Amino acid sequence: MSITFERRLLTRNREHNLLEKLWRVPWIFVLLLIAVAGVGYVALYSAGSGNPDLYATKHALRFAFCLVMALCIGLVDIKVIYRAAWPLYGIALGLLVLVAVRGQIGKGAQRWVDLGPIQLQPSELMKIALVLLLATWFARATWKKIGNVFFLLPAMLLVFVPAGLIFRQPNLGTSVITVAVGGVMFWVAGVRWWKFALAIGGAVAAVPVVYANLRDYQRARISTFFDPENDPLGAGYNIIQSKIALGSGGIWGKGFLAGTQGHLNFLPEKQTDFIFTMIAEEFGFVGAMVTLGLLLLVVLFCIYAGFMCKNHFGRLLCFGIGANYFFYIFVNIAMVTGSIPVGGVPLPLISHGGSAMLTVMLGFGLVMSAYVHRHADLGPARE
Amino acid sequence: MSLNPFGRKQKDRAVPGSMRGVKRDEEIRRTVFTRRAIMYGAVQLGLFGFLASRLYQLQVVEGGRYATLAEENRVSARLIGAPRGRITDRAGTLVAGNRLNWRALLVAEQTSDVASTLENFSRIIPLTENERARVDREQRRRRRFVPTIVREFLTWEEMAHIEVNAPDLPGILIDVGTTRQYPEGENLAHMVGYVAPPSDRDLGSDPILQLPGARVGRAGIERFHENILRGRAGSVQLEVNATGRIIRELDRREGIPGQDIELSVDSELQRIVRGKIEDGTSVVVMNARNGELLAMASNPSFDPNIFNSGVSAAQWRQWTAGRSTPLINKATNGLYAPGSTFKMVVGLAGLDARVVGPGERIVCPGHLDFGDSRFHCWNRSGHGALDMRAAIKNSCDVYFYEVARRVGINRIAAMARRFGLGVDLEIDLPGVRRGLAPTREWREAQGKAWNIGDTIVHGIGQGFYLFTPLAICTMTARLATGRAVQPHLTRSIGGRPVRGTRPEDWPSMGLSDRDLRLQRDAMWAAVNEPGGTAAMGKLPGNLGMMAGKTGTTQVRRVTREQRERGFNVQNLPREWRPHALFVGYAPHDNPLYAVAVVVEHGTAGGTAAAPLARDVMVETFARFRAIS
Repeated sequence: MSITFERRLLTRNREHNLLEKLWRVPWIFVLLLIAVAGVGYVALYSAGSGNPDLYATKHALRFAFCLVMALCIGLVDIKVIYRAAWPLYGIALGLLVLVAVRGQIGKGAQRWVDLGPIQLQPSELMKIALVLLLATWFARATWKKIGNVFFLLPAMLLVFVPAGLIFRQPNLGTSVITVAVGGVMFWVAGVRWWKFALAIGGAVAAVPVVYANLRDYQRARISTFFDPENDPLGAGYNIIQSKIALGSGGIWGKGFLAGTQGHLNFLPEKQTDFIFTMIAEEFGFVGAMVTLGLLLLVVLFCIYAGFMCKNHFGRLLCFGIGANYFFYIFVNIAMVTGSIPVGGVPLPLISHGGSAMLTVMLGFGLVMSAYVHRHADLGPARE
Repeated sequence: MSLNPFGRKQKDRAVPGSMRGVKRDEEIRRTVFTRRAIMYGAVQLGLFGFLASRLYQLQVVEGGRYATLAEENRVSARLIGAPRGRITDRAGTLVAGNRLNWRALLVAEQTSDVASTLENFSRIIPLTENERARVDREQRRRRRFVPTIVREFLTWEEMAHIEVNAPDLPGILIDVGTTRQYPEGENLAHMVGYVAPPSDRDLGSDPILQLPGARVGRAGIERFHENILRGRAGSVQLEVNATGRIIRELDRREGIPGQDIELSVDSELQRIVRGKIEDGTSVVVMNARNGELLAMASNPSFDPNIFNSGVSAAQWRQWTAGRSTPLINKATNGLYAPGSTFKMVVGLAGLDARVVGPGERIVCPGHLDFGDSRFHCWNRSGHGALDMRAAIKNSCDVYFYEVARRVGINRIAAMARRFGLGVDLEIDLPGVRRGLAPTREWREAQGKAWNIGDTIVHGIGQGFYLFTPLAICTMTARLATGRAVQPHLTRSIGGRPVRGTRPEDWPSMGLSDRDLRLQRDAMWAAVNEPGGTAAMGKLPGNLGMMAGKTGTTQVRRVTREQRERGFNVQNLPREWRPHALFVGYAPHDNPLYAVAVVVEHGTAGGTAAAPLARDVMVETFARFRAIS
């Protein structure tokens, strides 16, 4: 009884106090994000061949803007965020439909929505919205409810509808990540093993159907992955050149601005999808490990923040956002090391490009809010 | 209480009481969450570990291999040509050099439509069907960024036209290379040879041959000394980017030019000699002391410059059809019976074998009967009794029939080989024929018997004997000096004299000095004594005296009926008339030059070949007196 009282007291004290909220902001996490973006600045400075105006300055300005935005979100009451889940999901889905319709008219791939200074990829926004919505969906569900198929099926629909839209764009990589992020949410929410097994079994059974619906270039990517040397100047070129760049970096690297593969343009899209290769070529295995370590710390902080949350919503939210960033990292680095098929997935906060950074920072803002309001009580689970 | 994170057992969900139920529910969710979160975190860490190990594999384990690949990516080696060595004659006159060659190249990579570029080019400078076919062929076997030559030897006017029309000619660029030039043209073509574009097989052997405009020696000195003349390609290491554009030069290694070669031949003397001879005649002039060839003429000849730019089908037909065979050097590849010029070798064989004495007289009644056959002397009335000196001077056939009969074919063949007849002379020219000095075994290997009658015929240099004028001249030089000199054309390579320029470089033949002197004396007599068969070879004035020997060799057998009806060679068609030969050296008392002349169908050595040899010798003296 005394514990309940004490918690109520503390909660009351902590609410409405901006200064104390600022004090509660996870500054270590902020520093970590600045460090990652700093790595990105150095890498983009090199990718611009020593000209910061090309990529690096824009990157820094964008990050500064996104960080302020994330901090602002971090100060927003978690209850507000809890209620914002549905509207945000609605907006993201609407944008997805919009680009799909425009793509139908304009022919070819259409993934962007122009927001003036920044171009937004609705698929990126959708992943954050999806995490938020699933966290809301499962946050106050009782254990019994989570076991109920009729409670889970609509949630699955919430995952697969946007994933399907993204797949149709076509953007295979992001749609797979969307499903995977959704899967993590289901997993930490406690959905039973056998249901996952069933879903995965169904997915495997669907592979031939999916493959039949793939575009030619997507198929080429997959077949290239299995035999990259087969067509060294065709689709396999990127993988081979990326591996050469990585490998030739060795342990200590070729030195800042001295990466031959990158600077002689053997490395494709070195400022976006292959930025990690650039880092690994110039700073070697050591530089790659430091970068990977920083990224790991970011993901680990999300897990830590999740554990610190007293409310289930916060936990699920932190895990989902962390998972989203983790998948970016894993797919991107596995892709540039030739471990999985190339799929146009950037490395947010390091890669050049605003859309992924904006949405990732939006997500980290949510994590900060969950952390700042980790003691908030969002009410008991309901049947 | 056991809580299963997988939620398999859920006994607790029936616990009554809403507040307690909520609390229990919250605890279950937390516990399930905690366990699942730890498992999820572990999987994440595992995947991070996978990435780290993958990077370790690529960067640390295989780093060396990828570093090499990156270097190969980045560095593009380009060849730099090296000029081909020049060839000069002994007076320093350039006989094969390099001159600038403006040419139009096609880089397939730089045009979207090769066919239309060539079509436009053809409108400015017409290309023949053959040229188009060649461009297409070379185009296919080279990589797309390696230029192919469309047209060489552009004039200023043609270049101006190309430059003006450059916008219509994407992929065409003009550059300057070098090409082989033979200022002496057909004068020295048979010796110097020529160059031609490399064949597919050549291409793999040396990187320098892959350069546009590369040439390979195909005949003569150009071919024999190909490796000396060619030089070594240099290379530049260029840093290139992914599209192949050059960023900077990393390293440059200049090519090594081919070495210059000085020939022993004198192009002026060669020109004079060629001016004196008809088609079908070949003349060899040699330094008798060291085997250096001073002139070697075979008419007709050809212009080696034509090969450089590609021989047209019509030109080729003209060269190869008919009897004139300008591409063949008759001095080294024409095979002739030596006839009476061979008699000194037979005589030496007889003396060496001691079957005939130097002063021994043999009676010539005009013919020699052996078995059923009668072998005629050229002098039907006979020479009477004569010794070897007189037999050579008068070119008596019966004397040498008898000597040959006594000594036997194999000993004659052995002596012939000592004089360089029927053996490989190891001259510095490719494809020189060795000729034939038959032996009994050689004939038997053909499944035929060797008869004494065959030996008798071979005593006067007829029968199976086939020698080149070069070999006959070598024989003469060896007779004159007693040294086994070998003919050669190369005097120095890269400024360093080759071995064999001094007489002492050549070993003595080991023949009896007395026997050799007898032959030389007889040859002197043939030219200089009244009644000698080679009297028309006598040198005028104070030049010193030439020693020599004529030869006349039948190209068709004269039948008994023809003889009885009063045979006269003048009535024969030209191609049935005998070949006329002369060999000689001068001065007699101190031999310097040896000469051999073969006039195809010249009828008689004494009248057709001897005067020519005399004139050649006079010019040789004049020329070398002028030089020294």
